[in-house]
Amino acid sequence: MIDIKQYIIAILVANQFGVLTRVSGLFSRRGFNIDSLTVGETESPEFSRITVALRGDKASKEQIIKQLSKLHDVKEIKEMKPEETVVRELLLIKVKSDDSSRNKIIDAVSVFRSKIVDYTTDSVCIEITGESSKINAFIDLLKPFGIIEMCRTGVVVLQRGIDCLKN
Amino acid sequence: MIYAFLEDVMKLTGAQIIVKTLIEQGTDVVFGYPGGQAINIYDSLYENSDKIKHILTAHEQGASHAADGYARASGKVGVCIATSGPGATNLVTGIATAYLDSTPMIAITGNVPNSLIGRDSFQEVDIFDITLSITKHNYFVKDISLLADIIREAFQIAKSGRPGPVLIDVPKDVQTAVYEWEEQSCVECLTNENKCDLKAAIELVNNAKRPFVYCGGGVVSSNSQDHILRFAEKIDAPIGCSMMGLSAVDYNNERALGMQGMHGRYTSSKAMDSADLIVAVGARFSDRATGNKDKFSVGAKIIHIDVDNAEINKNITVSLGLNGDIGHIINELTEQVDKKSLPEWKSQIEQLRTFEKEHCVLKGDFNPYTIIDTVCDNVSKDTVVATDVGQHQMWVAQRYRFCKPRSFITSGGLGTMGFGMGAAIGASVATGCPAVLFTGDGSFGMNLNELATAVSNDIPLTIVIMNNGVLGMVRQWQTLFFDKHYSNTTLNRKTDFVKLAEAFGAVGFSASTKAELEQALRSAAESSKVTLIDCHIDSDEMVYPMLPPGGAIEDMILAGDK
Repeated sequence: MIDIKQYIIAILVANQFGVLTRVSGLFSRRGFNIDSLTVGETESPEFSRITVALRGDKASKEQIIKQLSKLHDVKEIKEMKPEETVVRELLLIKVKSDDSSRNKIIDAVSVFRSKIVDYTTDSVCIEITGESSKINAFIDLLKPFGIIEMCRTGVVVLQRGIDCLKN
Repeated sequence: MIYAFLEDVMKLTGAQIIVKTLIEQGTDVVFGYPGGQAINIYDSLYENSDKIKHILTAHEQGASHAADGYARASGKVGVCIATSGPGATNLVTGIATAYLDSTPMIAITGNVPNSLIGRDSFQEVDIFDITLSITKHNYFVKDISLLADIIREAFQIAKSGRPGPVLIDVPKDVQTAVYEWEEQSCVECLTNENKCDLKAAIELVNNAKRPFVYCGGGVVSSNSQDHILRFAEKIDAPIGCSMMGLSAVDYNNERALGMQGMHGRYTSSKAMDSADLIVAVGARFSDRATGNKDKFSVGAKIIHIDVDNAEINKNITVSLGLNGDIGHIINELTEQVDKKSLPEWKSQIEQLRTFEKEHCVLKGDFNPYTIIDTVCDNVSKDTVVATDVGQHQMWVAQRYRFCKPRSFITSGGLGTMGFGMGAAIGASVATGCPAVLFTGDGSFGMNLNELATAVSNDIPLTIVIMNNGVLGMVRQWQTLFFDKHYSNTTLNRKTDFVKLAEAFGAVGFSASTKAELEQALRSAAESSKVTLIDCHIDSDEMVYPMLPPGGAIEDMILAGDK
């Protein structure tokens, strides 16, 4: 029985030409599925940090970590265990609104501690951050109002406590 | 300015930096083909022709295979150079071949100037992106200040750990720009300092009653053959090989069982299946080696020793993985395991050998085995043997009596037809020894233009074509699994290989008997000229044993079965 789970991997890469293609290409080439991939600057201009959420069994997770470790531009790599990690995702979501629905949407925004960032007579745009499960619940809640469009960043993670990715 | 020449730091163009740094890193030969965006590099090669030799091939693919063959035969980093666009794309098959067989190689390509990049300029191609997945690492050099260190780092990456090809793409403006350059020493390999806990391995080895040592290409590339032999002797184990590991053990050694796998030798495949412990060293359990993975050596525990941690549990789930330097780990193991004597296991293997001797034979007076034996008996012992891909390759892997490491140059992982001509040239250039290329009429047709390269450079090369008039390996599958639908595998070409050889300035012979072949081989040895021997064999000759694709050991087909 193969146990398919979601894993989150944090990767510190050298800020080099083509490094994102190198990392993302490895996933497609080796047949691994990515749920999300985010990339951004770090405290040091030499490095970027990539966070990958992937789905698979334990063996494929281990294999992808080993394959990524072989890339010359990959400097550090670590599986981020949920219990030791702060996980956040950002969602921008635009829903239809009219006089009858507006207050219900505002209630939802308040309960989820999210924020309205754009407001017109027939639409509301909301910003929310949180763990993926919270984002999913929020989307489900807004569905009945009519989602016009939305954009998720994918997860970013940091280890709890003083330990960090870079040695 | 007047005293500038007294300073250690020179100002050089990018093209000069490329060539000077190659020389600094110990490169004495490069293979390549010039073109518009490589012309500056070629100008620098011209200036430095006393220190670095350039071998002009007929096609860039030939240059890439030659650099590969050079690296495999010598263990040094092979270097090839091509221009942008089609020059660069012609290297791709050669780079992929080197990647799949872990060959240390550097490919340098010219590209259009930075100002023209991304505009679909003449002969512009994004070779960086194209080769991302077939190189160990690759570079697009944006700035001349980085050029020399990139080349040095490329050498280090190519030869450290599990070797592999590295591509460096250098736009024209970087080649013409000027920057300071100072000679440095040759880069050292990065070493893997992993400390392995050998306790579990020692216990597995000590408890084994039927151990089997399995050598992959990693044994050859890390020069660990002597260590392996000592280990096998101490634990009284037979040694089998993947195709890439074949030259690691002397064919005549009593422990050597030869290649296992899809077309492996009977004894080797059967012994591996009967073993209770497989110690796999520098092998990667390719599908051609294992067949059906669920049924592969089910009764055996497996210890997998590899410099590449990602190989452990990639294709086969093993009992124990040991990641690190092969020679070091094997030496430690050898010291700490108990000495064994396993007469029962030995006699079991002897029975397999007896069966193999009786059943794994080919009929006729002039069959592939006769040809291989005759060549082996008539060439000097230092000869490097290259092959192309197909039936002839398997026959050579089964039959040729290799007696020294790096003497067998073949495309194992990628299975590149057309690999042999370039590879044989490169191997001979690297070693200064004669080379024999075993090829088929199909494979030879792919890159026979490199005859021109061999002749122009006086390569002591003998080409033995096993000419069966068909694409034999595919035909074999069509015979066995496709109801003899010989779709596009019957060549029946009118090519006269003897005349073709002569047209290229080589010597050509035709052979249909052992005596004719011996005569031709003697002539080749005496003249040291490029010699082609067209050997006619039966188009229905098959390679046996055979494990059908995805099959297991019990599905093995032997010559008498069909």
